[in-house]
Amino acid sequence: MGVPLLDIRDLTVAFASDGGTVHAVNGISYALSEGETLGIVGESGSGKSVHVLAMLGLIPMPPGRIERGEVLFQGRDLLTLDDRALRRVRGGEIGFVFQDPMSSLNPAMTVAAQIVEPLRIHLGLDGAAARRRALELLDLVRIPDAARRLDQYPHEFSGGQRQRVMIAIAIACKPKLLIADEATTALDVTIQAEIIGLVRELKREIGMAIVWITHDLGVVAGIADTVQVMYAGRILERGPVDDLFADPRSAYTLGLLRSLPDLAGGTKGRRLQPIEGAPPDMRDPPVGDPFAPRNRYATERCFREAPPLAQAPGAAPGHLVAAWYDLRGLLARERAAP
Amino acid sequence: MNAGTAAAGAKPTTPRVEKPEAGPLREVWLRFLERPSAVVGLAFVVALVAIAALADVIAPYDPFATDWGAVRSPPSLEHPFGTDEVGRDLLARIIHGARASLAAGLTSVALAVVLGLPLGLLAGYAGGIVDGAIMRLTDALLAIPFLILAIALAAFLGPSLTNAMVAIGLSATSIFVRLSRAQVLAIKAEEFIEAARAVGNPPWRIALRHILPNIVPAILVQATLTIAAAIIAEASLSFLGLGQQPPAPSWGSMLNVAKNFLDQAPWMAIWPGVSIFVAVLSFNLLGDGLRDALDPRQRR
Repeated sequence: MGVPLLDIRDLTVAFASDGGTVHAVNGISYALSEGETLGIVGESGSGKSVHVLAMLGLIPMPPGRIERGEVLFQGRDLLTLDDRALRRVRGGEIGFVFQDPMSSLNPAMTVAAQIVEPLRIHLGLDGAAARRRALELLDLVRIPDAARRLDQYPHEFSGGQRQRVMIAIAIACKPKLLIADEATTALDVTIQAEIIGLVRELKREIGMAIVWITHDLGVVAGIADTVQVMYAGRILERGPVDDLFADPRSAYTLGLLRSLPDLAGGTKGRRLQPIEGAPPDMRDPPVGDPFAPRNRYATERCFREAPPLAQAPGAAPGHLVAAWYDLRGLLARERAAP
Repeated sequence: MNAGTAAAGAKPTTPRVEKPEAGPLREVWLRFLERPSAVVGLAFVVALVAIAALADVIAPYDPFATDWGAVRSPPSLEHPFGTDEVGRDLLARIIHGARASLAAGLTSVALAVVLGLPLGLLAGYAGGIVDGAIMRLTDALLAIPFLILAIALAAFLGPSLTNAMVAIGLSATSIFVRLSRAQVLAIKAEEFIEAARAVGNPPWRIALRHILPNIVPAILVQATLTIAAAIIAEASLSFLGLGQQPPAPSWGSMLNVAKNFLDQAPWMAIWPGVSIFVAVLSFNLLGDGLRDALDPRQRR
């Protein structure tokens, strides 16, 4: 495997607010290899978006603050880079796709001008060469009649097409890493599937690693190699996608899976089970396992002490969980004694 | 998307019809045309500009030529607008007076935008101490009524049309600082600005390429409406003797003289008064029309 492409160690991010300090990301560590696709799942406020924005210097500071940690990208710590050096990484080596394609393109600039920007900034391309490359990129993201559409404005594109344009911008400089933050959330389900298909194809062509941030487990199942479940600024579970779906070890992951309609329809008639309760107030995060108050399997220790993220016993290698309880055992017992 | 797709293997022929696409400007123009009052405003403004530009050609008389045989003569075929207290043709003076009014309106507002826009952009984009300093100064200026400030500045600079323009421009600057700052703050919060940062744009490029073009519509509308206010201000300053100096014609100074002859020669007051009214109304209609046409809420 060698040196990972991205190696995040103990990243901790907080925001100053009127009601006190919001502890948005609490010491998360994970690594991503070249060409790997990591799906990060979590609800709003789980820190899934904030931690990637923070490592690229995209959160406003203040009120934001990176309290601890390292983010090694190709061996360099992004958190120690100055503004200039970090700008060279953003959009060049790391491409970023935002959630809302309707608002993340500049309404006053043509699509061509916006695709050319990263080319000019990172590759020094200009004029006709940049335009040719922009045309190739629009073709690459499968926008029909690309030559004509280059000079159109964003409002002349549909939502799905705008997200394709955003992807074209993100991959313009052939990044090593593409970060997609809820990139399909604002789109119709059919368009979602198209965009995911497109990203998978592009990944094959360009060979980049992907961090796909979403709250939708179904999307993750369709794209990721590895899944990471985040809650209250921590990683609760992480593992190969098939293993994690088949054998969840965190009660939160289980809750997420049970609140989904079954994709295969295997459990017809099963009621969807919502997760009871609300996520914790991150101005005053719980000392122990942050999910404990909503977890019916929580033990007394869960409330006292935060569990470390460690290999889940009996699971596939690389399947990690942060839990004091043994979810597999508990579920087996439930099934045995109904 | 038609039979061409079926003919696999055949060289794809992209129809290269390089017709200019319906850009945002074209849409704004179409929406503008839907408003009769806006079109009337635009027509009057264009006419006004044409009259001012061609004053030397279209004025029936020399605006300075006195005619002691026709002092304060009422409107007639010979002098359609009548003559003033020294027998100068009022139509000629109104036509030449349009120059002073328009020049004052356009120059002073141009000055206000040139000063105010960069300051507002800086305040809104930089924030912090820079923002605080610029905005306190602006607040202080805004606390003084526009016309009073312009009169004070014009009196300080000395009476002349140029100084009146400078005085009006400086007085109007704070409007544009405030407006552009507010616009920058609104645009800065948009997701496409974050996206522009994620692409690696340096701050100056974000300010000039991503924020500035998006605040131009609001500035344009405000500038048009401020021209109307500036025309009134110039007329007021000239009325008070702080603007255009006699014998050069200006609607404001013509009114000043006319007030002495209101019962004997009312036409001396009516024409400059009507001219100011029409000029101000046209710019206001144009500004309102532009605002409606540029309103982002009407965009799809």
